Amino acid sequence: MGDKKQDELQMIPVYIMGKKYDVPAELTIMKAMEYAGYQLIRGCGCRGGVCGACATVYRKAGDYKIYTGLACQTVAEPEMYLAQLPFYPANRATYKFDEIEAQAETIFALYPELFRCVACNACTKVCPMDVQVMDYIAELKRGDIEKAAKTSFDCIQCGLCASRCMGELPQYHIAQLARRLAGGKLAPRSEHMAEIVRQINDGAFDKWIADLKAMDQDQLKEVYSNREMEPHMGDENWRPKENRGLVS
Amino acid sequence: MKLAYYPGCTLKTKARNLEDSALAALKALSIEVKELDRWNCCGAVFSLADDDLIHHIAPVRNLIRAQEEGCEGILTLCSQCYNTLARAHNLMIDDEEKRDTINRFMDEEPDYKGEVQVIHYLTYLRDHVGWDALREKVKTPLRDLRVAPFYGCSLLRPDDVAIEKDPTILEEFLSALGAQTVSLTEARECCGSYQSLANPDAEQQRLGKIFGAVNRSGANAIALSCPMCEYNLGRQQHQLLEQNANLTATPTYYFTQLLAVALGIEAGVCHFDLNGKPAFELLKEKSYIVSAAS
Repeated sequence: MGDKKQDELQMIPVYIMGKKYDVPAELTIMKAMEYAGYQLIRGCGCRGGVCGACATVYRKAGDYKIYTGLACQTVAEPEMYLAQLPFYPANRATYKFDEIEAQAETIFALYPELFRCVACNACTKVCPMDVQVMDYIAELKRGDIEKAAKTSFDCIQCGLCASRCMGELPQYHIAQLARRLAGGKLAPRSEHMAEIVRQINDGAFDKWIADLKAMDQDQLKEVYSNREMEPHMGDENWRPKENRGLVS
Repeated sequence: MKLAYYPGCTLKTKARNLEDSALAALKALSIEVKELDRWNCCGAVFSLADDDLIHHIAPVRNLIRAQEEGCEGILTLCSQCYNTLARAHNLMIDDEEKRDTINRFMDEEPDYKGEVQVIHYLTYLRDHVGWDALREKVKTPLRDLRVAPFYGCSLLRPDDVAIEKDPTILEEFLSALGAQTVSLTEARECCGSYQSLANPDAEQQRLGKIFGAVNRSGANAIALSCPMCEYNLGRQQHQLLEQNANLTATPTYYFTQLLAVALGIEAGVCHFDLNGKPAFELLKEKSYIVSAAS
């Protein structure tokens, strides 16, 4: 809103759960709702477009399409009819990760409803992150776990896909299983990670942490303010001068 | 004609022996095909209810994907995918009203008006390679195999998607590989399909009839192109034999596995482990197997 006074603001009408409110233009849906008097407890999380808590469904007058967005990211438009969908029930299978294998049959057994997909694509159409939801379901039906993990990578688990599915699939939970299997059992192990964990366990950084712990608040502030940062335009050959935290 | 290759889901899991042997054979024949970048399950069974259009969405979407990649044809291997895609394609040509409804429902996709021809691998071999040319490429003629080709339903019915009206295509194909063939009326009948789960007794009766005919013909192998037929005739064969002492075991092969073997392709590609031990043993006994190590 900047320095403008409220009476200078252009106001737009929006319909929140069917009731009309005039809200300042250029607000996000979330701020428009708060302006209208809603106090958001559920359906509101990071306010940064990554947590998936504020899925919103809206329509525009005279348009048959269903629109979706994250309330914290989507700017309110005049004549928008909207509602929050903070949670949509979707069954999540339980499993012991150590006991399951990264195979098609694992997913088929835990989520047999996978095969109820009729490729209607309603899931993809409502995804606020533009994930090709139907495509990853198709990939899982043919057992391609790695591809499905990549296709679903931008999923923020908002659940809108599940709300629209005529096959009643919990797509986002199935995709999460695929990403866990791909990351935990199919992707190559990162050996430098194992090495740094070993060094941590061997106490390589204990003194460094102890020194930090011994500082008072002002010293900590100074160390923090003067910390070495990667330059914005730094190329791949950039190396920090402070290298105590690197694998030796 | 630019072709898109459509594998189908089963070929990526339980029927790898169908896909890998088929692709290796195409490579050996210097034919390049590219799998569609994006594809979904064909739906497996073409819906017959007149007002059930939603189940035609999946096959039509695949045809649209092929069209998007600038392809005029879609090449299929699995009989059921072939059947479902071909019938959906025909529906979109023949029924203007349903075509419009389906196109309007898929408002995020370009319209489909029947631009992509659905082609089965066998037809493609016949029309683009030819039996004589194929015969010349054969390195290991399958002379001592007496093969009963099993067509099943999906390649033949209904008439408007039949790969041939009075089919001899599998016989001609197998002859080009050097094998002897036996043509059976029963090989043009249904394998029992999903009845193996819903109605096992009826399924056993049907299989009994098929294997009776196969045994009487003296065939020592069965060639087929459908993962469903393979399941009933191949993987479930042991059940039939346990209940019918008078029937003889007969290994089943995807036609593409016999093609790969005849072309001298290394046997590992054919995944004979998925067919069961006797299938591999028979080919080994006839000295047809080329292994990677040799």
